[in-house]
Amino acid sequence: MALELIDSPDLMDAQKREGSWTLNFGPQHPATHTTLRLVLQLDGETVVDAEPDIGFLHSGFEKLGESLDFNQYVTIVDRMNYISPMANEIAWHHAVEKLIGIDLTPRCKYIRTIFAELMRIHDHLLCLGACVLDLGGVTAFMYAFNEREAIYEICERASGQRFHTSYTRVGGLLYDVTDDWVAMVRKFVKSFPRAYDDFSGLVMKNRIFVERTRGVGLLTREQAIAGGATGPVARASGVERDLRRDEPYLAYNDFDFDICCARGGDCYARFQVRMMEMQQSIKIIEQAIENLPGGPIFVEDNGKSGLPDKTEVYRSIEGLIHHFENIMPNRQMDVPNESIYAATESPNGELGYYIVGNGTFKAYRARTRPPSLLHFALFPLMMRGCMLSDVVAVLGSINIIAAELDR
Amino acid sequence: MVESAIAEKFATTKFAWSEFRDQKRVVVPAERLWDLLKFCCTELKFNQLTDLTAVDHLETPDATDRFEVVYFLLEVESGKRLQISTFINEPDLVLPTATNIWSGADWLERECYDMFGVVFKGHPNFKRLLLPQEFASFPLRKDYPQQGRGERHNFPVITRAEG
Amino acid sequence: MASKVNKQLGDNFFLTRLDAAASWARANSLWPMPFATACCGIELMSASASKHDLSRFGSEVMRFSPRQCDLLIVAGRVVMKMLPVMQRIWLQMPEPKWCISMGACACSGGVFDTYAVVQGIDRFIPVDMYIPGCPPRPEQLIRGIIDLQEKIMQSGTYNAREFRSRDNPEGPGRFDEGELLRIRERNTLDLQEPDYDPVH
Repeated sequence: MALELIDSPDLMDAQKREGSWTLNFGPQHPATHTTLRLVLQLDGETVVDAEPDIGFLHSGFEKLGESLDFNQYVTIVDRMNYISPMANEIAWHHAVEKLIGIDLTPRCKYIRTIFAELMRIHDHLLCLGACVLDLGGVTAFMYAFNEREAIYEICERASGQRFHTSYTRVGGLLYDVTDDWVAMVRKFVKSFPRAYDDFSGLVMKNRIFVERTRGVGLLTREQAIAGGATGPVARASGVERDLRRDEPYLAYNDFDFDICCARGGDCYARFQVRMMEMQQSIKIIEQAIENLPGGPIFVEDNGKSGLPDKTEVYRSIEGLIHHFENIMPNRQMDVPNESIYAATESPNGELGYYIVGNGTFKAYRARTRPPSLLHFALFPLMMRGCMLSDVVAVLGSINIIAAELDR
Repeated sequence: MVESAIAEKFATTKFAWSEFRDQKRVVVPAERLWDLLKFCCTELKFNQLTDLTAVDHLETPDATDRFEVVYFLLEVESGKRLQISTFINEPDLVLPTATNIWSGADWLERECYDMFGVVFKGHPNFKRLLLPQEFASFPLRKDYPQQGRGERHNFPVITRAEG
Repeated sequence: MASKVNKQLGDNFFLTRLDAAASWARANSLWPMPFATACCGIELMSASASKHDLSRFGSEVMRFSPRQCDLLIVAGRVVMKMLPVMQRIWLQMPEPKWCISMGACACSGGVFDTYAVVQGIDRFIPVDMYIPGCPPRPEQLIRGIIDLQEKIMQSGTYNAREFRSRDNPEGPGRFDEGELLRIRERNTLDLQEPDYDPVH
């Protein structure tokens, strides 16, 4: 319960530094979750200092945002937090729709909510599975990936792609969902608790896992807030903030769910928060799928958003004109000449987009507010007093996704 | 309330307030930026810096200044947000650092330098964050082409026999 | 007839059988070195998870040490900061070795035609198998590995001498036309070295 850092060596102690040696935890390392580099100063096994070096996956996303329009950029945005791709799309289109001033139809909101929560489960399963794999437990990793395959199938049924679905559009979705999709989600809701119990039994009460993660990587509440931490990392340090409750978006107002917080601030607390969030997500999905409203997917704004059905496009002149007006670059809808910042609660934290519009359907500046960047900046703080083998546990618990970090 | 508190404290400075879709935004001249940020953090309790970024207004029609640096503040307990922006121009793209107010500004400022060339004076570890240290341009500026100027392919080729 | 052939081939015939045996052994126990940078890395992990099991095809362990592997799977986009690292890892792998370029970004730069992403790793590293897709399904990766196994079976030699003669770069040239124009543009600009230390 107490959040004081007991027995932490002083990082800036010159004497300690003198005896220390440097270890390069290089960009190619299984436990660095792809392309992160840490330069560690070690004193024996204890980490004296850790300096992260990033940028090994910097692909120029923000530059691309200036040359692609709002519906095209969703394909790129997908590839940022590649562990829960649809969460990024939902966040992007949330920002775009807020800029344009579109309010979605109930059916679209419910489907996006279901996908947002499915992606939350998807992300947490991988975070936990990969971290446990890094700590040595291969079985739990296999169990986690098996559940993720079920979610991949759900995504594939809705949009045609397992991964990187680019499913959302301005004002709606790419395709409407079918009845067998609803049946698949119901089946998932029924089968997930069993898999969750299996996974939880393998990991959370496992003596080795608990010993390796409890008390390791402490982050106090003040450090978390000042450092910009959000999401599970912040909530595990006692910050009670969740955008689904505080700034509700999509259909979260209609559902009854709890926010998961912990006070420990260590790796085990972060894992506990993620496990509990998965349970809450299943609760939300269950409520949403049972009450899925009917109706259109695209918002009614005289056809400015959304493409018409292909049968209309090929068989009627109105459909053709409608399609032309919405696709051709100089004829799309007008967008206010303003800038906006809008954030959603993505599985990793507060994923926000700052879009500067210039009246056209392309962003003038599309900035992503990456949760992983700020979490990784807090990493040296969390490494105080840890041993070399704890580096892996801490790195796994803060869920750094290199593509979101570097963009 | 936030407006009146700021107007009271900084009576001599002119602020430009605007509101769009329930976001409050204020433009502050660059000299008063650090004081305003400090005031917001200590007195108005905006304890989290959510984001820090810049916009290059080279291609904006009727823009008077080129770079706009934007700070997004948040009060965690109540959820109040505020957006502060300031305009600066070449040749002196220098702003005081905010790392002594919020520690999260550290990497955000380095990234801003990396992408736009905005220098933050007083930063403890100021160098490029995402691009290699030898990179000589600032890519997110509007006059830098999207495909780059050959930096991405400037490496030796390994043939099959050499491996 | 058989004895005539045997006399002519003689030792060569024995060597060919040895080649075939060596290739068969190598092909069916390809140990991958996963160079997973981005999203394709997750599909690589899925391919080795329980639903699409990669170890059925001999890739039992993903050893993360280049000295112990013979198949470099580059999964994901390679950025200019990461390319020297990748080249160093390729050079550290012992012969015989093969390279699979998995995903659109590794094959050609993919969706990212930007200043940072290398437009195809085959410009800098010799690639044996290309697997397109964004990301390719695990089944496609498995198909790619099976095709690579066939390739090894057909062209492998027991002392890996099939690589020695290939000393010309086989991929596209380093710079495209548009890029050469932009390099010329850069050389006319007055770019300064980034100047640090604004602390004082």
